[in-house]
Amino acid sequence: MTGTELVALIPLMVLAGAAVLVLLSVAWRRSHGVAAGIAALGFVAAGGLVPLARARGAVEVTMLLRTDGLHHLFTLILCAAGLVCALLARSYFRDGRVSGGIPAGEDASNGSQPGSTVGNQGAESGGSRSVPQPPEELYALLLMGTLGAAVLAGSVHFASLFLGLEILSVSLYGLVAYTRHRDRALEAGIKYLILAGASSAFLLFGVALVYAVSGRLDLAVLAELLGGPARGSLLAAAGLGLLFVAVGFKLALVPFHLWTPDVYQGAPAPATAFVASVSKAGIFALAVRLFLTGEAAAATGLLYPALAAVAVASMVLGNLLALLQEDLKRLLAYSSIAHLGYLLVALLAGGSLGLEGGIYYLVAYLVTILAAFGVVATTSTGDSEPSRLESYRGLFWHRPGLATVLTVALLSLAGIPLTAGFLGKLYVLAAGVGATRWVLTLTLALTSAVGLFYYLRVVVVMLTTTDEAPDLARTGILGGAVLTVLTLLLLGLGTWPPALIATIRAMVSFP
Amino acid sequence: MILVLLLVLPLAGGAAAWIAARRSPLAARWISLGALGLDLVLAASLWTRSPAEGSWLVRVDLSWIPELGIGFRLGVDGLSLLLIVLTLGLGILSVAASWTEIRERVGFFHFNLLWILAGILGVFLALDLVLFYFFWELMLVPMYFLIGIWGHERRIYAAIKFFLFTQASGLLMLVSILGLALAHRGATGELTFAYDALLGTDLEAGLARWLFLGFFVAFAVKLPAVPFHTWLPDAHTEAPTAGSVVLAGLLLKTGAYGLLRFGVPLFPTAARELAPVALILGAVGILYGGALAFAQTDLKRLVAYTSVAHLGFVLVGIFAWNRLALQGAVLQMICHGLSTGALFILVGAVQERLHTRDLDKLGGLWKRAPRMGAAATIFAMASLGLPGLGNFVAEILVLVGAFRVTPTWTAIAATGLVVATVYSLWIVQRAFHGPLEIPDEISFPDLGAREIAVFAVMTLALVWLGLYPQPVLETAREGLAAAETAVHAALPGELWP
Repeated sequence: MTGTELVALIPLMVLAGAAVLVLLSVAWRRSHGVAAGIAALGFVAAGGLVPLARARGAVEVTMLLRTDGLHHLFTLILCAAGLVCALLARSYFRDGRVSGGIPAGEDASNGSQPGSTVGNQGAESGGSRSVPQPPEELYALLLMGTLGAAVLAGSVHFASLFLGLEILSVSLYGLVAYTRHRDRALEAGIKYLILAGASSAFLLFGVALVYAVSGRLDLAVLAELLGGPARGSLLAAAGLGLLFVAVGFKLALVPFHLWTPDVYQGAPAPATAFVASVSKAGIFALAVRLFLTGEAAAATGLLYPALAAVAVASMVLGNLLALLQEDLKRLLAYSSIAHLGYLLVALLAGGSLGLEGGIYYLVAYLVTILAAFGVVATTSTGDSEPSRLESYRGLFWHRPGLATVLTVALLSLAGIPLTAGFLGKLYVLAAGVGATRWVLTLTLALTSAVGLFYYLRVVVVMLTTTDEAPDLARTGILGGAVLTVLTLLLLGLGTWPPALIATIRAMVSFP
Repeated sequence: MILVLLLVLPLAGGAAAWIAARRSPLAARWISLGALGLDLVLAASLWTRSPAEGSWLVRVDLSWIPELGIGFRLGVDGLSLLLIVLTLGLGILSVAASWTEIRERVGFFHFNLLWILAGILGVFLALDLVLFYFFWELMLVPMYFLIGIWGHERRIYAAIKFFLFTQASGLLMLVSILGLALAHRGATGELTFAYDALLGTDLEAGLARWLFLGFFVAFAVKLPAVPFHTWLPDAHTEAPTAGSVVLAGLLLKTGAYGLLRFGVPLFPTAARELAPVALILGAVGILYGGALAFAQTDLKRLVAYTSVAHLGFVLVGIFAWNRLALQGAVLQMICHGLSTGALFILVGAVQERLHTRDLDKLGGLWKRAPRMGAAATIFAMASLGLPGLGNFVAEILVLVGAFRVTPTWTAIAATGLVVATVYSLWIVQRAFHGPLEIPDEISFPDLGAREIAVFAVMTLALVWLGLYPQPVLETAREGLAAAETAVHAALPGELWP
């Protein structure tokens, strides 16, 4: 490995090193502040060192990774999202630990039955009533998950793809079930473990089939399989199909979406934010590389009908199912399915508009979804999470600042002007229209009108007049600061986007 | 920069009112009034200017998102100036009308009201299609809050229905905007959303038809044209008075303005093809709106349906597309804003006093409040098109203009004037004449000084428009002529429709 390659890998190494450092610090002395601080510094340093790596240009680090503009851009995005998740976690676990009294997401009548919680913990802790969960290791998982996603963003080989995906997934198992004394978290964790394990098996089997046909393991082989002589081969088609299933599962596209609402609801809010942001962004980076940067541009041709069907189904089903939800986290879970459908439209539209539009939309979506889950995370108390819509009744009149943050986030998800989501949607629609994908474009336009309906429902709940203030924890200084920055970012991206567009253009270009 | 200031004033005024209301609700009202008054002076100062470039009085062209060819392009000609003055005038009147009606969350109310007005001003000013869409959507959220928070019994239902209708149709328009800009890029290689550049884009007939349909649906929903009108009675009825005034007086006009400025000039051939349908929709709207208005017992709903009828004339005027009809359409937009706005304020005054709008529970109010009865009679007469008041001039101009194009449907539309007479007299007769329905112990004060001032201004404006509309027609002429020229350049020698 040459010096250039080492420099190119510095951001990844910083992330990995910070994860180890967190674990070492925990081993020496537990301190929530120190662990969170190391994680935050790690994210900042990794992101801050990207320009250094970028100065070396595009580098092929062995045959596994390529650190080009796309990789650098997504490393920056991932580190920023990871940083926000870490800060949210610091705010979420600010009491130092989470007591196991009441399972999250349950209403009081349900949650106050002591039997269920004691039963759960009795098995592993010898009958003690409540096992406090130390939060420090969470930060190591956040760092590692981000590392996995960043590896995915740079992978050009099936081995690195699989490694990145597994590093990411294994961290997610831990994150999702982190508050394991809560019923829903454990359920969500196990559900995610089993399904993600199955999808990894699909991926491996797909890779094996591709290898059997072509004898190669680099990702460029995909383009050749789709366009070359092996095109009609059943083995190749099966292999590609299996790969598609694995990616679709991670992105939670219909029909691979079934895990999403349970995991979103059950995981502690910062972990949900992580699943919704870093995990999705990492896989999306991979998808961008496969689709658009020329390595498998041909793929869109052959796979187009299947992908278009998946996109339409995701937009329609995600939006329709979200209409029925009474829980904010579940609602956002279904809406995320729809939003990934929108992103797929950008990918399918292709061209430079599709590429820039997709990435712009992703950034806008990440900021938005982090703000939305940020509200849930920062208002959680040690033992309850305000995820039911009812918990926000009258929020506008009792906590106007908080309600404004959530309203701006919801309007951004709905794509209303002044927010980042509007320009994102404009961009993606422009890409769709530019590529004359009319079915996809019109589906996007009409389903997002449906989407508006359930976002407004949340706003209506917040606007309802109540006498007593909603029972939400104070956001705290850190939480408040994070939410303020995210909201300003949302409004900034919605009114003055040239900076972001220029950055995207400088780092990624359509061949 | 005066145009930017025109937009910034209500935006800043709204924010200031919200902050000031924490200390004193009265301050919020005065700040809103001040900001709008200043804005009106600013707009009026534009009236004295002579056209600088073509028909444009003032233009602003700032860079916004150059990467996508989107600019912060604003411009004012006579047509938009009239609507801007109407916007600010009705804005001031609706602040005055809410003076005692709105007692809760006064600051947030004025914030929303002023931001809606800013959005509407933006729509009338924008000369960049994305910017136009931006303002088009911007006014929805505060309007949603206005109906949803300060509205009447079924406010949430009405607010959501309003939002969904306008948003869904708006997204179709957005797709059309993008389609047009990208077709332009295909032809010239330049991606831009500037109005002037896109004007006269050479489009394939099939594509043009679809793109125009996207615009038409968005504008027809706002206008509203039958069958896209079903959101209107709910929204108008449930909104607070100021909301109804702004909805009927201004929001509906953005649809008509959109057709005049963007819809027809951008797609002249497609618009010409669709003209027969649109003319029929307009005529049907006139009769259908009138008939439904007559069937209502809720006074506010009745007034709401009259808007469907009156805006039918605007639709007919626009799609007849000749000088007379267009002038009539513009005048109708202004007169309808005044007369219907006044009727909504009047209904609001009745409701504030009696807490009911049910015609069956009203009656004989003239005995208790003669001044209110007189005001109602004046505006009902305006609404039915009595000669001497503005609406008469407007409707006659539309009918005369449209008669050249389609005599049959013009004749049918003209019968709408009879229907209008029926429902207008119905309002006055049911509410103000006959036996007194309200018990003696309920106090029913007559109009106060503030209300008299509001109605006096509106009456004077209507009388002026009825007797001497020439200045208004003159002001609009250049702008309309430019739109006409754009269309005739694309359709040389062809008769419309």
